[in-house]
Amino acid sequence: MTIAEIHRLLRERLGTIVSDDLRDAEWPLCDVRGQSIAEVCAMLRDEPGCDFDCLSNLSAVDRKSDDAIEVYYHLFSYRHRHRLALRATTPRPDPILPSVAQVWPIANWLEREAFDLLGVRFTGHPDLRRILMPEDWVGHPLRKDFVEPDEYHGISTRRESLLKL
Amino acid sequence: MSLINSVPETLVTAKLDEVLNWTRKSSVWYMLFGLACCAIEMMQTGGPRSDLDRFGAVPRATPRVSDLIIVSGTLTLKMALRTKLLYEQMPEPKYVISMGSCANCGGLFQLAYSVCDGVDKVIPVDVYVPGCPPRPEALTEGLLKLQEKIQQERWLVRDPGTADIATA
Repeated sequence: MTIAEIHRLLRERLGTIVSDDLRDAEWPLCDVRGQSIAEVCAMLRDEPGCDFDCLSNLSAVDRKSDDAIEVYYHLFSYRHRHRLALRATTPRPDPILPSVAQVWPIANWLEREAFDLLGVRFTGHPDLRRILMPEDWVGHPLRKDFVEPDEYHGISTRRESLLKL
Repeated sequence: MSLINSVPETLVTAKLDEVLNWTRKSSVWYMLFGLACCAIEMMQTGGPRSDLDRFGAVPRATPRVSDLIIVSGTLTLKMALRTKLLYEQMPEPKYVISMGSCANCGGLFQLAYSVCDGVDKVIPVDVYVPGCPPRPEALTEGLLKLQEKIQQERWLVRDPGTADIATA
């Protein structure tokens, strides 16, 4: 199946959960309603002809001006060598999305990263802890409104400019 | 009584301080501890071409028997606490070489939210080695500088001026 056919199949099965437009690119992109992302991913993995057996990447972007956080899922099929990217949008003050860790185990760590750095909470995730920052870190550093603390456990995070001698 | 011609030719006299320091500086064991790309260069320095071993410096796998910690690479805030713990586990006397721009001042990543800009904010540093990363020659030079420093230490008189040591 071509990506256009897969997109058509998604539209037939799931209706308006998947957006009508498919952005044509090397990694074609379509929007998915956030609350249904796990369902869509499971279908894309299992449906013969789709066979997206690999979650290449899961990343999140803080769209502060839109008051939204976008989570991108880059899917790849080793069997058919085709690609598809999904975009799920979730409200910025309370970003919650269903976890896809049950669909692709690699999503476990990738979702922990998105949680750690942007504060997206994935429901159904088996172990949603910070993965990069220290456990006792406050805030999510890739948020646009993140304010760097002055010190961490007594270690100052400020230094005089090295150019000022 | 004069000591001239009273000792055999094979006897060498020296200050005890200097002898002790000479032995100490010739067996600076450094901890197997690497943080980032500088660690690769540190491995090269310990390897056969540069061979830090010829100065008596061999890697040790535990802080309990190490004399020297070479902080090689970007120190994140998360790692800073662990580095401090490792340093505290080393027995006295202990030395620190800060290797590369990142360990010196945060380097390329000093404005990042997760980076501790300079290992000297956490533990006292004896020798700073500049470079990004420093070549093995530079790290060897750093070790030689540290050896100079060790040689000049007054090992028997820790606090000059306190009388009881001198009279004891």
